[in-house]
Amino acid sequence: MDIVSPWVVELSRFQFALTALYHFMFVPLTLGMVFILAAMETVYVVTGKQIYKDMTQFWGKLFGINFALGVATGLTMEFEFGTNWSMYSRFFGDMFGTPLAIEGLMAFFMESTFVGLMFFGWDRLSKGAHLAVTYLVALGSNLSALWILVANASMNMPHGGYFDPETMRMTFDSFVALIFNPDAQAKFVHTSVAGFVTASMFVMGISAFYLLRRQHRSFAAHSFRIAALFGIMSTIAVITLGDVLGRLDYMHQPTKVAAMEGLWHTSKPPSEPWLLFAIPDDKKQTNYFEIGVPYVLTPLLTHTFDKPIPGIYELQDQAGPRIENGIKAVSALRRYGEHRLQSDLEEFRHHEKDMGYGFLATRYAPDQDIDKITAEQLPQVVEKTKLDIFPNMFVTFWAFRIMVFLAMYFFIVFAMASYLSLKRQLEKYPFFLKIVMWSIPLPFVASEFGWITAEVGRQPWTVFEILPTFISSSTHSTGYMIFSLCGFLLLYSIFIAAELYLMFKFARLGPQTSHDDQPSRIIAAEQKS
Amino acid sequence: MEYYVILKLIWAGLLCILLIGLGLMVGMDMGVGTLLRFVGKNDAERRTALNIIGPHWDGNQVWFILGGGAIFAAFPTLYATSFSVFYVVMILLLFSMILRPVAFEYRSKVESKVWRASWDWAFLISGFLPMFVYGAAFGNILQGVGYHFIWNGQYFQDESFWSYLINPFAILCGLMSVSLSVYQGSAMLMMRSEAPIYERARRFASIAGVVAAFLFAIGGVWITQISGFILKSGNPAMQPNPLYGQEVSVEVGAWLHNFVAHPILWLVPLIGMICMLVGSTVARRNKPHLAWWLGMGSWAGTIGTVACAMFPFFMPSTTIPNQSLTIWNSTGSAYGLTCMAILACIFVPLIICYTSWCFYIMRGKVKTSDIVNDHHSY
Repeated sequence: MDIVSPWVVELSRFQFALTALYHFMFVPLTLGMVFILAAMETVYVVTGKQIYKDMTQFWGKLFGINFALGVATGLTMEFEFGTNWSMYSRFFGDMFGTPLAIEGLMAFFMESTFVGLMFFGWDRLSKGAHLAVTYLVALGSNLSALWILVANASMNMPHGGYFDPETMRMTFDSFVALIFNPDAQAKFVHTSVAGFVTASMFVMGISAFYLLRRQHRSFAAHSFRIAALFGIMSTIAVITLGDVLGRLDYMHQPTKVAAMEGLWHTSKPPSEPWLLFAIPDDKKQTNYFEIGVPYVLTPLLTHTFDKPIPGIYELQDQAGPRIENGIKAVSALRRYGEHRLQSDLEEFRHHEKDMGYGFLATRYAPDQDIDKITAEQLPQVVEKTKLDIFPNMFVTFWAFRIMVFLAMYFFIVFAMASYLSLKRQLEKYPFFLKIVMWSIPLPFVASEFGWITAEVGRQPWTVFEILPTFISSSTHSTGYMIFSLCGFLLLYSIFIAAELYLMFKFARLGPQTSHDDQPSRIIAAEQKS
Repeated sequence: MEYYVILKLIWAGLLCILLIGLGLMVGMDMGVGTLLRFVGKNDAERRTALNIIGPHWDGNQVWFILGGGAIFAAFPTLYATSFSVFYVVMILLLFSMILRPVAFEYRSKVESKVWRASWDWAFLISGFLPMFVYGAAFGNILQGVGYHFIWNGQYFQDESFWSYLINPFAILCGLMSVSLSVYQGSAMLMMRSEAPIYERARRFASIAGVVAAFLFAIGGVWITQISGFILKSGNPAMQPNPLYGQEVSVEVGAWLHNFVAHPILWLVPLIGMICMLVGSTVARRNKPHLAWWLGMGSWAGTIGTVACAMFPFFMPSTTIPNQSLTIWNSTGSAYGLTCMAILACIFVPLIICYTSWCFYIMRGKVKTSDIVNDHHSY
C-alpha cells in the first residue's frame, strides 16, 4: 500500500487540531448564550419590563461578535475532511457525510436564516414573533451540535454500517443505529450543557465586572442571577453526562479509558486509586510520581466494586492475535481488489473483523507492502504494531484531568454565586466577584481539553478499530501543508485579535452606552464635506 | 430502471439544484461584496449597501455549507477527490470565505477609517475570489483533471497546481461566474436601495449581464475545441468504485455529443443566454425584481449547460480516463441516498419557505438615514 509521508500526516493532524480547537472556542458560547438570550427575552415578553429587552439586546451584541467567528471557522471544518483527509472521506463518507448534510439541511440553515431576523427584526416583528425567532435560533444551533456529534460518535463508536469489499469503504445501513449511537446521545448533552456552563460564566463574569465598578447595577444583578442559576444546573448536568461518557468509553474504547486514567497495568478492584497526579512516560510505558485516592476508580468508572479496568499491557496482548489476523485480512482484500477472485473474498470474510489492525500494521511492512512480510518478520511486525494501539497517554491523561478539575471548580463557583445572588449579598464580596470575573476563560479551557481527551484518546484511529489515522490523509506534499498552515495561523491570529478587541470594547461600554451609540463621527464628517 | 440508478439520478439532479442555489444566493451576496467599494462612495453608502444583504447573508451562506455536506454524503468519492486535487485553490477559497462573516460582523463596530477601509478590501477579496474559484472549478473539470486511484481507493494527483490555477479556459469560466454574481448582487441592491446607490447598481447590472452572456458565448465556442470524454461502457447500477467497470474514451468536441444526440438540450444554453441578455435590458429599464429572477434563469441555464454537456461525468481523469468519476461510480450507498432523499424532500421546501419569509419580513428600501441611527445594523 502506498502511504503518505508521515510528515504530511502529522501536519494534517496538526492543522485539523488547530482549526477544530479554534472553531471550538466559539461554539460553546454560542450554544449556551442563545438559550440565555431566549430566557431573557421570554421574561421580557411575559413581564414587558424594558430591562429584560435591554439585557437581550446587549448580550445579543456580544453573542453576534462570537457567532460570526463560529460560522466562519465552521466553514473550514466542513471542507477540511475533503481537502486533507480524502482517504478517510472516501472510506467513511457514506456514513459520516450523512449527519453532516443533515446538519446543514435541518439545523444550520434554520439557525443562520433566523439569526439575521434576530438581529435585524426587532422593529419588524411582533414581540411574540421575535421571541419565536430567537427560540428557532436556539433550537437550530443545538440541533447543529447534535448532528455534528452524531457524526463524531460514528468515528469513536462506529454504529450503523459495515465494510464492503466491493466498494472498499464503509456502507451505511442503519439510520436508527447511527442516531441512537449511545456515544452520540451522551456526547451531545455533555457538549451542549458544557456550552451553557461557558455562557453562564461569561454573562456572570461580565456582570461581576459591572458590579465591581458599581455600573449598571440592576442590569448586572439581574443578569448575574439568571446566569448563576443557569450555571449551577448546567454544571450538575455536565458532570452527570461526563460520568455516562466515561462508562461508555469503558465498555467500548478501553484504550482511551486506560490512557485517561493512566493505567498501564490492569486495575485491581476495588482498591485501585484514582490518580490525582502522575507523569505518564509513553516511551518507557510507566508512570512517575503517582498520587491517588484509593477505592475511587473502580466504582467511579464501572459503577461496581469488582470489575477490573484493563490496562495498556493487557490490551496490547489482546491486540497481538488481532494484528496477525488483520494482516491476513488486508492481504486478501488487496488481492481481491486487484484480481476479483472469489477465493480471496472468502479469505477476507474469514478475517474481516480485524481488518483495521491489519491496516495499522502496514506501517511496519517492508516497503509498506503487507504482502512482503515474511514468516520470520511477522512476529517483529506484530510487536511493533502492538506499541501503536493506544493514544499518547501523557496528553490524554492530563487533558482529562484538567477538564475534571475545572468542572469541580465550576460547581463550587456557581453554587456560591447562586447562593449569594439569591440572598442579594453579592456586592458585599468583591473578592468573590473578582474570582468570577477572572474565571471567564476557564470554561473555554475546559471545553478544549474535553475535546482533546475525546479525540486524542481515539488515536491511533480515525474510525475506531477500523481505519488508522496515518492512512486517512490526502496525498499532499509537505509544501502544500506548510502553505495552508501558515495561512490559517496568520488569518486566525488576526481574527482572534479583532474578536477580543471588540468583545472587550463592547463589554466595557456596557448596556446603556451601547444603546445610544454611534451617530457616527465619520458619517457626520462626510455629510459636512 | 433500477431503483439505485433512479436514486443516483435524483441526487445528481439535487446536486445541480444545490449548485444553482449556491451560485444564486451566495453569488448575490458576494457580488454585493465585490461591488461594495464601487457602489458606495462614502461610509454611509457602503453601510447601506451592506445592510441590504445584512439580514440574509448568513442564511444564504449555508447553501455553500450544505453544498459541501451534501456532496460529502451523496458523492463521497467525488468530495474526497475533488477537494483534495484542488487543494491550493480550495484553501484560498476557504481563506477568502472565512474573511466574509467576520467582515460583516466587525466592519462597522469600530469607527476608524483604516479599520473600515481594511474590511472593505476584505469584502472585495472575499466576494471576488470565491466566485472566481467557483467558476474556474467548472472550467477545470470540463477539461479533465490529472489523478488516479490505487486498489484501496486512495487517490493520487498527477499534475501540479499551476496547471489548474493558470489555465485560460478556467479563467474564462471564473470571470463568467464573477459577472453573474455581480449581476445578481446589483439586482438585489437595486431592489432595496435608493439613489445614488440605485443608479450605480443599475449600471453594473446592465453591464454585467452583457459581459456574462459574452463570456458564455465564447466558452460555448471554445468547448468545441476541448477534449471531452465519452462513457463507452459502464453499468449505471454498478457498485460505486472508480477502479473498475467503466470504459471511457477521449475525443475533441465530445462534450457536444449529448446535444447532438438530444437536440432539445440546446434549449438549456439558449434559456441561459436569453436570461442574461434580457436581464441586462430589464435592469436598465428599472425592473430589478424581474432582473433578479432572470438571474436565477441565467444560473440555471449555465449550470444546466455544463450538466447536459458532461452527463454522466462529474470529474473526468486525464491520467486514467477509465477511472473518471461519474454519477454511476461515485455515489453513496442506496440506503444512504434514500435516507438523504427523504430528508431533502422534507427540509428543502421548508428552507425555501422560511428563507422567503425572511426576505418578505425585511422587504422594502433600506434608507441611509435609518442605518446611521440603528444600532443593530452592520
